[in-house]
Amino acid sequence: MTLFLQTLPFLLDGLRITLLVSAGVIVLSLLIGVPLGCVLAFGPLWARFPIRIYADFVRGVPILVLLYFVYYGLPAIKVNLPSLTAAIVALTAFKTAQVIEITRGAFQSIPTGQTEAAKSIGLGLVDRFVHVLAPQAIRRFLPPFVNSVVDTVKGSSLVSLLGIVDLMLALQQVIGRTHVALPLYVMGALMYFAINYPLSTLSRRLEKSFI
Amino acid sequence: MIATPDELVIRIKGLTKSFGAHQVLKGIDLDVGKGQVIAVIGPSGSGKTTLLRCINFLEEYDGGSVRIDGVEVGYRDVGAGRRRRSDRELANIRVDAAMVFQQFNLFPHLTAAQNVMLGLMKSRGKSKGEARQIAEKWLVRVGLAEKLDALPSQLSGGQQQRVGIARAVAIEPKVLLLDEITSALDPELVGEVLEVVQELAAEGRTMILVTHEMAFAREVANRVVFTDQGLIAIDAPPKAVFDEQSNERLRAFLSRFAAFRHAH
Repeated sequence: MTLFLQTLPFLLDGLRITLLVSAGVIVLSLLIGVPLGCVLAFGPLWARFPIRIYADFVRGVPILVLLYFVYYGLPAIKVNLPSLTAAIVALTAFKTAQVIEITRGAFQSIPTGQTEAAKSIGLGLVDRFVHVLAPQAIRRFLPPFVNSVVDTVKGSSLVSLLGIVDLMLALQQVIGRTHVALPLYVMGALMYFAINYPLSTLSRRLEKSFI
Repeated sequence: MIATPDELVIRIKGLTKSFGAHQVLKGIDLDVGKGQVIAVIGPSGSGKTTLLRCINFLEEYDGGSVRIDGVEVGYRDVGAGRRRRSDRELANIRVDAAMVFQQFNLFPHLTAAQNVMLGLMKSRGKSKGEARQIAEKWLVRVGLAEKLDALPSQLSGGQQQRVGIARAVAIEPKVLLLDEITSALDPELVGEVLEVVQELAAEGRTMILVTHEMAFAREVANRVVFTDQGLIAIDAPPKAVFDEQSNERLRAFLSRFAAFRHAH
């Protein structure tokens, strides 16, 4: 028991970093990925093409490679990022590709009849987007996106490989010092679970509430 | 039968449309006068739905002209040629040719009333309050007084299609385009929808309807247009079309509808 109480503050510091990285990645990838996803769904071919290439390429590369590329690779071209920044950049690059795909899918799965109906009652481009397409796209976007947030929280444990003391590395350091592995891993797992379970539940809810 | 020019709502001249190498419309001429109800019948693939969709430019015609109240729908003249209209211009023209769809195409995230209100507010500049009033008036008229705040998913097909009609007619278009609006309905729900259309026809609204309901076409239309292989083969009053069956292809087509099988 005293072991838990002694290590808890240290683990919570790690958890704070895990949440910081995850939140940063989520917010940035939304800001970049949603607009790019809209372009991929509606834009002209010349604009879609580079986005398509980017999304396909990044999704075909292991996150770890992206992580090492940004942290160890970019300094070769004089881009030296602190480890935390490098981690957020690499994970954002990966997450953005997913957000682009989810956004594109959300819009493209709306039947064309919706756009036609909106046109036929005289709605212009902006009104069609704001009042007909976007509200329906959000309903299609949210369930897979929340799932993807869960993946982000879990995947953020990779940043420990850059020496960032997130929950994962904090756990390993505590275990290294105390040589008590099992209870501490259980505790760490429960902390990840405590964040992700509500999110998974939310995602299932969203899937049910929106047809 | 042919309306005088000042009463014309729709004037179609030499309309052509191809999908790839396949020419679906091969030069359609059609004038529709104010208050006329035109039923378009014909075998599938004869171009009747494409014709209807060219009138509000959901289908972009290649050649010829479609005018609503004298205004060319899809293009504006530029020098010697013509250029496709901007989305904004098209929106302003399309209000005058609202369409009701085979698959209803209601906005699933909006209630029945909101479905009707959207066009009123965005295309006709009505306030929310006015729009709500007009929407209620129309939904009551189509028999959905109890369903104002229901979502489309809570409505039967027939009810959904009546919302679709209310949504189209509420913005007071110059012509109402009805695209096989009962084809997706269970047979027992067809009547309630056709009743609404019949009322609209009776109050003098200009309508073009593509339909497979021959009995209905006969009853409600002033003119029946028979399309065949991308052309209008017959354009005549319903009685003439259904009783005389002057054209071999028309006879073959109608023979598939038991009620109109010609007695030889």
